[in-house]
Amino acid sequence: MDKEYVGFAALPNQLHRKSVKKGFDFTLMVAGESGLGKSTLINSLFLTNLYEDRQVPEARARLTQTLTIERRGVEIEEGGVKVKLTLVDTPGFGDSVDCSGCWLPVVRFIEEQFEQYLRDESGLNRKNIQDSRVHCCLYFISPFGRGLRPLDVAFLRAVHEKVNIIPVIGKADALMPKETQALKQKIREQLQEEEINIYQFPDCDSDEDEDFKRQDAEMKESIPFAVVGSCEVVRDGGTRPVRGRCYSWGTVEVENPHHCDFLNLRRMLVQTHLQDLKEVTHDLLYEGYRARCLQSLARPGARDRASRSKLSRQSATEIPLPMLPLADTEKLIREKDEELRRMQEMLEKMQAQMQQNQAQGEQSDAL
Amino acid sequence: MKKRQKKNGGSPMDPLRQSPSRSSSRASSPRTLPCEMLGYVGIEAVLDQLKIKAMKMGFEFNIMVVGQSGLGKSTMVNTLFKSKMWKSTMPGLGVPTPQTLQLQSVTHVIEESGVKLKLTVTDTPGFGDQINNDKCWDPILGYINEQYEHYLQEEILITRQRHIPDTRVHCCVYFVPPTGHWLRPLDIEFLQRLCRTVNVVPVIARADSLTIEEREAFRHRIQENLKTHGIEVYPQKCFDEDINDKILNSKIRDFEYSSLCYTERIPFAVVGADREHIVNGRCVLGRKTKWGIIEVENMAHCEFPLLRDLLIRSHLQDLKDITHNVHYENYRIFRLNESHVLPRGPGWVNLAPAPASVPAPAGPQANPSPPKVGGWAKDNSDEEC
Repeated sequence: MDKEYVGFAALPNQLHRKSVKKGFDFTLMVAGESGLGKSTLINSLFLTNLYEDRQVPEARARLTQTLTIERRGVEIEEGGVKVKLTLVDTPGFGDSVDCSGCWLPVVRFIEEQFEQYLRDESGLNRKNIQDSRVHCCLYFISPFGRGLRPLDVAFLRAVHEKVNIIPVIGKADALMPKETQALKQKIREQLQEEEINIYQFPDCDSDEDEDFKRQDAEMKESIPFAVVGSCEVVRDGGTRPVRGRCYSWGTVEVENPHHCDFLNLRRMLVQTHLQDLKEVTHDLLYEGYRARCLQSLARPGARDRASRSKLSRQSATEIPLPMLPLADTEKLIREKDEELRRMQEMLEKMQAQMQQNQAQGEQSDAL
Repeated sequence: MKKRQKKNGGSPMDPLRQSPSRSSSRASSPRTLPCEMLGYVGIEAVLDQLKIKAMKMGFEFNIMVVGQSGLGKSTMVNTLFKSKMWKSTMPGLGVPTPQTLQLQSVTHVIEESGVKLKLTVTDTPGFGDQINNDKCWDPILGYINEQYEHYLQEEILITRQRHIPDTRVHCCVYFVPPTGHWLRPLDIEFLQRLCRTVNVVPVIARADSLTIEEREAFRHRIQENLKTHGIEVYPQKCFDEDINDKILNSKIRDFEYSSLCYTERIPFAVVGADREHIVNGRCVLGRKTKWGIIEVENMAHCEFPLLRDLLIRSHLQDLKDITHNVHYENYRIFRLNESHVLPRGPGWVNLAPAPASVPAPAGPQANPSPPKVGGWAKDNSDEEC
């Protein structure tokens, strides 16, 4: 073998083997008013029938129902890679006559997952931490509205700093091409106006090939994705069978990029950015939660220590605390504060002394 | 229009209620036997006289469209009357939806073959768009009752106008969003309250997002919902006057389509469009997508022709009659009882004392949980006796 060949180029393969063995887990939340095609889309995305035994409750039952959070899990395997997918559903969202505060159970749920993870991470046995944090939230916007409705804005503002949001226009086959463009434009403007941070796709590296860059740019342009879901296979005019919806005036093909953005969404969510969503959840959103949480436990005077910017990655490292269960952390913080103050005082004394010595030295020099 | 009322007779249902001034042709006369005609007299020319009179006076029709924004209400009105009553806006353009419900009315006079129709369309932007939509139906109910009040005030004057301008809402078209599941709580609350005050025609809006099977299932569920909650939409079963009406209305209620099984048709699944496209050499109104063109007037695509026929071609006069004979009369009774103007005679109906504010629906009917809805005046007398 060559002397220059060290061999760590095979590291990615090792990583690949390890992760295939370990498997992936991913938690996806779907939210939005009922009747926007959420369940159908999920079934189409993962080609499973997650909602097989589903019963949509009629309005009488819904009148008294409050928002519930449902979790469904499924294991999907493809090419030897196992993905444990957890789906979080929010039936009852936006259904009642008075929807004030109907997003609060969702916010609480997301924070509970963070809290659980924080506890696990600070605990003693860290071998098998179950990651139940919500990695991504697909928010369905109605194609019939004129952009975001007040309820949409309220929900997005409540969760945008806690979970990756991907806005999606459901039932997009109700719109003509021009209407789709106008609606997307309006939604983008509204998101900017209301300062809602949706999930930002990372820019692709400059050394990627042109084709990839073009695809990437196209994908970014088409946010929010206008999707159509279907699990039924229809015969497209006697030629090849495609998944789609059959109307008397034509057939919508789900996987046709001219008809809807389903392919883009699937590519982005499953094929290219699954890992990135998890990383952003862990590095940015979870750390932000952790910083806020620990900050609120600390003494009010200590607020000037950690910076207030919640989403900056530095804030996590500025709190020099060992990870202990939350009950003891407060005591530790107090002790460390005391130490810091003593050290500061000492420093000041030393500085004052040095200045005095300097001044005396100058005087003696001058004389 | 009062002359036409007298021809059709007075309030059709309640035999107990004798209102001598209203119907001159029906209530008091015993059964008259038809007699044999010995020659041509020329009575049938009275139809022509009526027609000429009516064409000279013109017709009035007031329609209200209610539904969340973006369901195609303005486009539907434009399509129905084939004229640009409203400027339909694309999503993303146009004024933002108002914070509170505001009612906007627009009046146009349209003419066809010498027949003039003064059409007033009332739109309700902002309905159901807020986070908290509680009581968003109150302004609408208030407006409808206000129009009844105006008419009543004109009617009880000593010197009345020959023709009282009719601003009462003859028909309220309610747009149900095409969720495909059930009626939403907001829909039910609204329909329950409004079907007692005005003729309500629910439609499934933007039906181009539902396939034919999904539409049927949705329609079925909506009908179940309406039955469960006691909501009687137009055409109301209890107002079918005779066998011809029953047949005609059952055609709309239970429509036999393409020799398949009976499928009830209300609510109609409609699509509205005001752009024209060329399909097979013909110029049609439709929506053009990448997978086909949805033709608005094609029965295989949507049920817009049924809605248009119902509202304009066959039941326009009936809508007005029921508004005048039933809904307006109920309002009138309630108001006159309230102010104790009606003498206590055999026809006196004792309604529960009304709340202080005037535009309120008739007493016992204000509760949203209706025990029975069919047979208006009969119900009241049953409850109170």
